[in-house]
Amino acid sequence: MSQYYPTMGLEIHAELLTKSKVFCTCSAEFGGTPNSRCCPVCSGLPGTLPVLNQKAVEYIIKAGYVMNCEISRFTKWDRKNYFYPDLPKAYQISQMPRPVCLSGNVKINANGEDKIIRINRIHLEEDAGKLVHDDVNRISLADYNRCGIPLIEIVTEPDFHSADEVIAFMEKVRLLLQYAGICDCKMEQGSIRCDVNISIAPKGSDELGTRTELKNLNSLKAIAKAIEIEIDRQEELLDNGESVVQETRRFNEALGETVAMRSKEDAHDYRYFPDPDIPPIIFTEEELEEIKNSIPELPEQRVERYVNSLGLKKADADIIVNDKRVCDFFDEALSAYDNPKAIANYIVGELTRRINLGEADMDSLKVSGKDFARLVELLQTDKLSQSNAKVVLGKMIETGEKPDDIAEKDDLWIKEDNDLLAKTIDEIIANNPKPVEQYKNGDQKVFGFFMGQANKALKGAASPKAIQEYLKKKLSE
Amino acid sequence: MDLTRAKIRDLRKMLDSGEISAAELCKEYLDKIEEKDNSLLSYITVTKDEAMKTAENAQKIINEGKASALTGIPLAIKDNICTDGIKTTCASKMLGDFIPPYNATVIEKLNEQGYVLLGKTSMDEFAMGGSTQTSAFAKTKNPYDLERVPGGSSGGSAAAVAASLTPAALGSDTGGSIRQPASFCGVTGIKPTYGRVSRYGLVAFASSLDQIGPIANDARDCAILLNAICGGDRHDATSAKIDTPDFTEKLGQPIKGMKIALPKEFYDGVDDTVRACVTDAAKELEKQGATLVECSMPGLKYAIPAYYLIACAEAASNLSRFDGIKYGYRGEGRTYNELIIDSRNKGFGEEVKRRILLGNYALSSGYYDAYYKKALALKQEIIKEYNDIFEQADVILTPTAPTPAYKIGAQDNDPVKMYLADICTVTVNIAGLPGISTTCGYTADAGLPIGMSLIGKRFDEQTILQVADAFEQGFVPVAPKF
Repeated sequence: MSQYYPTMGLEIHAELLTKSKVFCTCSAEFGGTPNSRCCPVCSGLPGTLPVLNQKAVEYIIKAGYVMNCEISRFTKWDRKNYFYPDLPKAYQISQMPRPVCLSGNVKINANGEDKIIRINRIHLEEDAGKLVHDDVNRISLADYNRCGIPLIEIVTEPDFHSADEVIAFMEKVRLLLQYAGICDCKMEQGSIRCDVNISIAPKGSDELGTRTELKNLNSLKAIAKAIEIEIDRQEELLDNGESVVQETRRFNEALGETVAMRSKEDAHDYRYFPDPDIPPIIFTEEELEEIKNSIPELPEQRVERYVNSLGLKKADADIIVNDKRVCDFFDEALSAYDNPKAIANYIVGELTRRINLGEADMDSLKVSGKDFARLVELLQTDKLSQSNAKVVLGKMIETGEKPDDIAEKDDLWIKEDNDLLAKTIDEIIANNPKPVEQYKNGDQKVFGFFMGQANKALKGAASPKAIQEYLKKKLSE
Repeated sequence: MDLTRAKIRDLRKMLDSGEISAAELCKEYLDKIEEKDNSLLSYITVTKDEAMKTAENAQKIINEGKASALTGIPLAIKDNICTDGIKTTCASKMLGDFIPPYNATVIEKLNEQGYVLLGKTSMDEFAMGGSTQTSAFAKTKNPYDLERVPGGSSGGSAAAVAASLTPAALGSDTGGSIRQPASFCGVTGIKPTYGRVSRYGLVAFASSLDQIGPIANDARDCAILLNAICGGDRHDATSAKIDTPDFTEKLGQPIKGMKIALPKEFYDGVDDTVRACVTDAAKELEKQGATLVECSMPGLKYAIPAYYLIACAEAASNLSRFDGIKYGYRGEGRTYNELIIDSRNKGFGEEVKRRILLGNYALSSGYYDAYYKKALALKQEIIKEYNDIFEQADVILTPTAPTPAYKIGAQDNDPVKMYLADICTVTVNIAGLPGISTTCGYTADAGLPIGMSLIGKRFDEQTILQVADAFEQGFVPVAPKF
């Protein structure tokens, strides 16, 4: 058992889902041919001026509300000055003393325990470009497509004491931002990034230890791993009587270690000052109220609605809400077929199973919520057997065709063929005298055996209901 | 054809009546530039071929009877205003080969009217200076005396207008860069209210102070040009989205009953000849029915340090983008840091580097509160003092510069002395007010022009144009024997 207690705080950068960049009208979409999504403004040509995208301001205010922040009535922008080739103006437009959002909080649940994480501030700034290093030709190239994409920086208080809490927080923030339509939170594309400030102190100590800042954490897995490694490193230093140096460290996932980037002494003096090109903003209560009211239903509200109004099990509701794409899919299905439990069951049981197996992918799913609802309806109304419904879903995922069309084409309907039903069940009863005997002696369990045999033999030629009725009648004779 | 001090409105009549074609007019100016500018050095780039082409296009518009105020009118543009496809150097080695891929908003507006660009005029490097002697390409001379400076930073524009190498020009004014050269060169120049004219495409020196404005032969031509370039712009968040009046509207209206304030501090440190000349001009305005109001601006003594702190801080940040990586002068170096250090070291001139150092120092952690923050507080004080004066006056009359044009090299070794010479003009930029300089006399011995400045309330260019025009109507300007 370690004698140290770790403390962590996060700086999260999230790219906003605005159509255009924060200070010009270029597309803010991810990727693109290098330098195809930039203009004189975002590539910082002499004489150009930034004009604030009002949508970006709206989005950060929403972010503030979903994280229970105070929204500043007066906010302004500052220049953060430093030289780097991915920053064409040699300053980043950011916010220093007057961020849009201050002192909020987010509720998380880690290892079964509820906990409040305090938010220090959220501010709006612009992203920098991307450098591509060609080691063979020994050149570096700059791509300015990302320059000027609006970013919010969420700074937490040092309220984390385990990697699990950090991961739970990241997942909660991801859900909040996704549901509010603020950020798509694709870590692998860098649309949400996280730096971890981390220190350790002897257990029981009131003072925090010297912190390091971990960068280059590209996945939740990387975050958890890097925290674990860095805690170990700091513990080893202290155990050996050495001390932790305040510095920025880069996580090298391949090597599984953190490497020093720059120390406090090398830290930039960013020479912040108010950006004279962007007038400060004063929000009216009406404007803020309007933005607040435009926030869509958030994850907790959805879970509540599913459980209380629709009667779903809490566990099922959680699974559905935990992936906004699945959740939106569920809502769409519900609009076509009002049977929430059946739809939820089939999503949680069958669809998520296929997603986990890699057979389906929510990002490229060809099945619409409405068609999925229709499939569930066919199943519920005895038009399709369980097994054939699975076949139909497989085809739907593959081709995007409608369930009725697939069933028709591949002849998968339940046919009410009473002669075949009678003949098949009579044969089963004749061939299984022992179970028949058991049933007649009051052993109800063997009924399931007969159902299974009949279903198998009939291959959907009769509805479960018809089979059940005929079986009961025959076995009672 | 005699182009001496030709007015835009007279040229307009000649073009509209067919007395001269736009191409002929353009050719006249181009010929004169070719003949005279070798000794004056007012232009960095003369856009001969493009000028003739646009003049011919303008003629078509005139022939169709669709001409507006500036159709076919030749103009010169200061070389820190971006012109699509035409070199825009800011008179710096750093941007010696920089060709912008876009037009400044003012250029777009002039293009809509079918103006003819004669060329890009010289200036102090990145508009930092009051002599045009820090230009890396053309150290412009004063047409009244070629051994003297034309003022600056818009010295090329002012000298070109004074020498009739263009009927009018655009300049930019951060701390007096339109008004002071207008004064030194005996022409009229107006710095509009901050926000009146879009800054989009003006290579920034100090963003909270910069403003583009006209330099012309008189207030009337300034008004015509201001009409063309003013207005809110969606590309400039600091441009004012308010209705713009017709700036020629009040010209010619009597100034009877107008209250003109003379803040005494502005008259304290200036040459006797300048003080006498501006005081005489005040009496002339009084004769026309204006009331002179004695007043005081105690904050003026802080104006120079406040101005240079704000201007240099913003400049240090604005000029950081010139790193030799994306465009402009590229030095040598094995690493990124070596490369940008060498590029900036060799690409910038001494004065520019001095101001970048000053600005970065003022913004550094530990010094910010003592310098930059204090300067911002002084800015508020100066605004307040102006407001107080405007409680009791319609316009303010001051000298434009403490001296007439001085000899080239006279201030080279003393930057502080050079900064102090901006005392009469910088507060107007700090407070964001409109100011106009017009000639009010000439020195007895050398015949050098002396300028006076009229300062107006925010967005009240109309009144200072009206008063300047009222004075000009009774004044006979003397063109340089150049």
